[in-house]
Amino acid sequence: MSLDIDSIISALNQEFPGSVTEKLEWRGETSLVVDKDRIKAICTRLKESHEFAFLADLTAVDYLTVKSPRYEVVYHVHRFGADYDENVRIRLKAGVEDSDSPEIDSVVLVWSGADWLEREVYDMFGIVFNGHPDLRRILMPEDYEPFPLRKDFDVRDREASKRSFQRALEEGND
Amino acid sequence: MGVNADPALGGEGFLTTTIEAFANWGRKNSLWPMPFGTACCAIEMMAVFASRYDLSRFGAEVARFSPRQADLMLVSGTITYKMASVCRRIYDQMPEPKWVIAMGSCTCGGGPFDSYAVVQGIDEFLPVDVYIGGCPPRPEAVIDAVMKIQKKIELEGAPIL
Amino acid sequence: MERVEFVTEESVVDPITGLKSETMMLNMGPQHPATHGVLRVVLHLDGEVIVKAVPHIGYLHRGIEKLCEHITYQQCLPYTDRMDYLASICNNIGFVLAVEKLLGVQDAIPERAKTAEVIMFELGRIESHLVGIGTNALDLGAMSAFLYCFKERERIYEILETVCGARLTTSYPRVGGLPLDLPDDFEEKIRNFLKIFPKTLVEVDKLLTRNKIWIERTKGVAHISPEDAIDLGLTGPAPPRERHPYDIRKANPYLGYENYDFDVPVATEGDAYSRYLCRFEEMNQSLRIIQQAIDNLPDGPYAADLPDVVLRKRSSPTPAWNPSSGISSSYTKDSSPSPGEVQHAVENPKGELSYYLISDGSESPTG
Repeated sequence: MSLDIDSIISALNQEFPGSVTEKLEWRGETSLVVDKDRIKAICTRLKESHEFAFLADLTAVDYLTVKSPRYEVVYHVHRFGADYDENVRIRLKAGVEDSDSPEIDSVVLVWSGADWLEREVYDMFGIVFNGHPDLRRILMPEDYEPFPLRKDFDVRDREASKRSFQRALEEGND
Repeated sequence: MGVNADPALGGEGFLTTTIEAFANWGRKNSLWPMPFGTACCAIEMMAVFASRYDLSRFGAEVARFSPRQADLMLVSGTITYKMASVCRRIYDQMPEPKWVIAMGSCTCGGGPFDSYAVVQGIDEFLPVDVYIGGCPPRPEAVIDAVMKIQKKIELEGAPIL
Repeated sequence: MERVEFVTEESVVDPITGLKSETMMLNMGPQHPATHGVLRVVLHLDGEVIVKAVPHIGYLHRGIEKLCEHITYQQCLPYTDRMDYLASICNNIGFVLAVEKLLGVQDAIPERAKTAEVIMFELGRIESHLVGIGTNALDLGAMSAFLYCFKERERIYEILETVCGARLTTSYPRVGGLPLDLPDDFEEKIRNFLKIFPKTLVEVDKLLTRNKIWIERTKGVAHISPEDAIDLGLTGPAPPRERHPYDIRKANPYLGYENYDFDVPVATEGDAYSRYLCRFEEMNQSLRIIQQAIDNLPDGPYAADLPDVVLRKRSSPTPAWNPSSGISSSYTKDSSPSPGEVQHAVENPKGELSYYLISDGSESPTG
C-alpha cells in the first residue's frame, strides 16, 4: 500500500480536532475509531481530499452489554489506485449511544450508495440517520415494529411478522 | 369407459365415458403450472423446465405466469411473511380446480431458516397437495411430485364447475 | 401483479398537441416472470417510457445474519449457499476465506485445496453468468439461448455433484481446506468440460452477439455512467470500469490468483449490451483460469494440518453419533478465533462479496 494512513489521520485531526481517536491494525486491516458527531465531515474530507470515492459497505454492530457505547456504525471506504496494488480500504467505526432512538448523521450526500445501506441499518438496528432523504424500512414490512438484529431480540420471535402478514392479508381482501 | 369398435361403424368406433372421467383425464395430462419461485429452488425448477429434465414430457410445460391461466401452483423457495400475503393472493386468483406443490424444505417447514422473518411451512396459509423435501430437491423429485398430482387428479378428480 | 392505478394529479399537457396525458402507475412484482427472484418495482409510465421506478426489496430476507450468531463458524457455511444461489460455491469459498483470515491460518492452507477452490470458483462464475445471459435472452423471447445455457449448467452441476454431492447448494470447502479429497475422475471431468463448453459459447455467441433483435433491445438500454457506478457502489461486470479497472482477484489476490494469467474484461459503454459482452468475456477468461489450474493441480494434502481448525480427517472412521448431545462427538469442539474483526472480499460473479466477521473469542460469530 502506497498510501500513508497516518498522514490522513493527522490531517483529519488537524482540521477537526479529536475526530479520529484511535487507529487499530489487525490481520492487515486498518480501522479508525472516529467521532460520531463528525462522521459526515470526516467522510466528505476522505472523499474529496483523499480520493476515497467508493463506499464498499456500511453496517452496524450491537454490542449490548459487551461494550459502551452500545452500537457501532461501521463504514468500509475504498480508494481506487491507478494500479491494482494501489487500492486501499479502511474501516471507520463510530460508536452510537443507546437511547430511545439512537442517531447518527447520514452520509448519503457523500456517497449515494449509502442510501439503501443506511435504510438497512435503520431497519435492523433502529439507528436513525439524520439527513437521510427517505428513511424507511427496507427488508421488513413497513408496519413491522421490532428491530431484529438487536442482540436483545429473539431470532425465533415471529409474532410481529405474523401481525404484519395478517394486516397485509386484510388489506389485500379489501 | 367403454369402447365400441364395431366394424359396422366403418372402422370409426367410439368411446363411452363419464364427463367427469373425461375432464379429469384432460386436466391430468395438461397441467398448466404457475411457477411461484422465490429462491434457490426456483433455479432447480428452471432446470426442470429446461432441456435435460424437460417437464413437457408430462404435459406440464406451459408455465403460466398469470395465476388466472394456471391450475397448478409450484411454490418453490423460502416464503417470508412479507411474501406470504402475495403468495396467498396469487393462490386466490387461480381458478378452480387448483393444486399446490410445496417444493423444498423451506416451503414444507421453514427449512434451515428458523428465524423471525420466515414462514414455517406454507401450509400455515395455503392448502398443499404434495410436499417435496430437499434443499433443493433434485429435478427428478419435482417430476415425481407432478406425477403424484396427476395420480391425485385421476383418482380424486375435481367437480366440473 | 395485476394492480393498475391511474395517477391523475401527475397529468401533463403535451406541448405540441395540447392533449392532456397522465402518467400511469404500474405495480410490477414481487411475483413477475421477468424479475427472476422477488423484486417489486412501482413504475411510473409515460406511455412506454418509465419516468420513475421505486424498487421494494426484502421479500427474501431470511435473517441469515441473526441465525449465524447462534451457531459455530463451520455451521454457518450452509447458510452462505443460499445467499446468491446462482453461484453457491463462490459464497462458500468467500466465507471460508474470511474465517481463515479471522483465524490467521491463510498460509497453512495446502496448494491442492487452493487450486481446487480456484477451479470451483471459476465454475461458479460461469454457472452464474449462464443464468444471467440465458434468462435475459429468455425474457427477450430467445428461448434457444436459454436452453443452450441450461444445458451447460447441467454439465457444471455434474462436476459439482461428483465433488461435493450436491447440485446447487454445495457447502463445499471447509475452514482449513477441503472436506475430502477430489474424486479420481475430477481431472477428466474438468478437461472434458473445457473441451465441450467453448463450443456452446460459440453457439450462444452466434445466437446473440450479432442478432439484430438482441442488439436493438439491449444496446443503449439501462445506461449507467462511470461516475454513477462509483457513487452508487456498483462492482462486478455491471459498471463501466474503464477509469478504475478494479477486480479483487487482481487488487487483493486470494487463493493465489496472482499466479494465474488472465484479463479483466471491462464494459465500456455501461449499457445492457456491453454488460452482456463483459459477462461473455468473463466466461472465456474463467476457462483460461481453469485450464491453467487443472494443468498445475498439485498432489498432496487437501486440508491444513491444524487440529484446532480442521475437525475431522476422512481417514478416520465415521464419528459415532452421540444421542445425548445430539451432535457427532467429533464435532463437539469448534475453532474459536481470538477476538477481533476482519472483512474479506472476493470477486463474485455479480461483483464484490465481502464478509465482515467479528469474533468475541467464542465459537460463534458476534456480528
